[in-house]
Amino acid sequence: MSKVLENLRYADSHEWVLVEGDVATVGITDYAQHALGNIVYVDMPEAGDEVTAGEEFGAVESVKAASDLISPVSGEVLEVNEALEDAPELINEDAFANWIMKVKISDASEIENLLDAAAYAKVCEE
Amino acid sequence: MEENLIKTCLHDRHVAQGALMSPFGGFDMPIQYTSIIDEHTAVRTDVGVFDVSHMGEVRISGPDAYKYVSHIFVNDVTGAPDGQIFYGMMCHENGGVVDDLLVYKVNDEEYFLVINASNIAKDVAWIEKNAAGFNVTIKNESDYYGEVAVQGPKAEEMLMRILNLPLNEIAFYNFKTFDIDGEQVIISRTGYTGEDGFEVYGSHDFTRRLWDKLMEAGVKPCGLGCRDTLRFEVGLPLYGDELTDDITPLEASLSMFVKLDKPTDFIGREALAKQKEEGVTRRIVGIELEGKAVPRHGYPVEVDGKVVGEITTGYNSISTGKSVAMAMIEKPYTKLGTPVEVRIRKKTFPGVVVKKRFYDKNYKK
Repeated sequence: MSKVLENLRYADSHEWVLVEGDVATVGITDYAQHALGNIVYVDMPEAGDEVTAGEEFGAVESVKAASDLISPVSGEVLEVNEALEDAPELINEDAFANWIMKVKISDASEIENLLDAAAYAKVCEE
Repeated sequence: MEENLIKTCLHDRHVAQGALMSPFGGFDMPIQYTSIIDEHTAVRTDVGVFDVSHMGEVRISGPDAYKYVSHIFVNDVTGAPDGQIFYGMMCHENGGVVDDLLVYKVNDEEYFLVINASNIAKDVAWIEKNAAGFNVTIKNESDYYGEVAVQGPKAEEMLMRILNLPLNEIAFYNFKTFDIDGEQVIISRTGYTGEDGFEVYGSHDFTRRLWDKLMEAGVKPCGLGCRDTLRFEVGLPLYGDELTDDITPLEASLSMFVKLDKPTDFIGREALAKQKEEGVTRRIVGIELEGKAVPRHGYPVEVDGKVVGEITTGYNSISTGKSVAMAMIEKPYTKLGTPVEVRIRKKTFPGVVVKKRFYDKNYKK
C-alpha cells in the first residue's frame, strides 16, 4: 500500500501540496514514485518561473518513461530542490520528504479544488 | 485490446511474484519484479533469469533447407558445423528488415529460427510465401516452446548445477540438444544482455519446472525493462526501434552480418549491394548527452536548429550513469565527435556523436 499523509492536499495527477501561509511546497506522491519505478532525472523549473494550476511545470523521468509534472497551484517559483539534480532517487526513498518546488501562491482559492487525504487515497485505489 | 494478450507458460509465476505486467509484442509480459536497476545490476554482476517464452520458433527442414535458409537470411551459414548459431536478418527485396533473428544449424537439412514475438505472424507468412520452389517443410513451433534466458557472469555455474549438464562444453553462439525427462531441450550460449549466459528452449511443463528450480536457487527474476537497458548498453538493436521494415541492416550499422559475397543469392541482396556501393544516406550512431535528461525513442536530434535525425532508443545508462542514446542520423552528421542537440520536451540538450556501444560486452568466448 502506498503512503498518504493526512496534512497534505493532493492533485489527482499525483502531486502533493503542503500549504504554509502563502507558500505551497509541491512534490509527487508515494503512489506516483512507486508507479514510476527507479527515478533517474527530475526536470524542474527555475526560481522566478511562473507556474499555472493544471499545467505542466516539468517532468519526472524513470528508467522506462517520462511523466509530466502538473502544477497544483499557480504562482511564482520561489525555490527548487537542488538535491534532486544529483540524487533524483531521493524521491523513491521518500516522496513526501523530497519536495520538488516551492511556489508563492497567487490564488488561494485553487487550494480548495485539491483533494484531501481521504479523497486522494480513493483515487489511488481506483 | 488487453483481453487479447497472450500469456506465456510462466505468466502465473510472474503475477504471483508481484511483477509489473505490461503488453509487449502481443503478450502480457513482466516489465519488472522489484526494480529495473536491481535486476539490471544482477545480470551485470551475478545472474538473472528472463522469461522469453514470447519469442517465436520456426523449424525449417528438408533437402533444400540449406538453400532456403541461405535464400532468406543475409548472413552466411555455408559450411558451418552442426550446432552453430548465426545472428542476422531477413530482408525485403528493397533491403528493409522483415525481422532480425537467430538461426540454429541442427544439420544441413534442418535449421531452427528464433524470431521476435511481435513479428511471428508476419515472419511466418513471409517465410512460407518465399518457400515456393524449395523442398522444405516449415513448422511454426512458437506455441510449443517455452524459453528462459539465464544471463550473467554466474549463469554457467548456476545453470550447470541446476540441470547437472556439461554446459561448459557449449561454446559462444553454439547449442546442444539434451534429453531431459524424456523431452528434447535446446540449450544455447546466447543472450541479449552483453553478458555470458544461456537460452533454454523446452516444453511449457519443462520451462515451468526450470523456472521454479531457478527461483529456489535464488536466481533473480528479471523483466523486459532491464532486458532493454542491458541490450541497449552494449549496442544491440531492438526490432521496432533500430530495425524496421523501412530500415536496412546497413543503415542500422549492422553490415557485418550482411554477407553480400556469400555463394548463394538472397532476398534483398541487390538492393543492399547497391546501397553499399552508393553509401547510406543515414545511419544509426550513438549519442552521449551532457546532463541527466533522458533522450527517448522519437525525440528529434538537431544540428544548428535543423532536425537531422531522431532517437531510436535512449536511457540514463544504469551501468555508467550517463544519458546516452542510439539515433538514426543523416549523413554527414554521423561522424564521431559531431556536436548535436537533442530536443527533450521544451529544451534542447547538447550532446556528441559517439560509438553506439556504451558498455563493453563480457562474453565467454
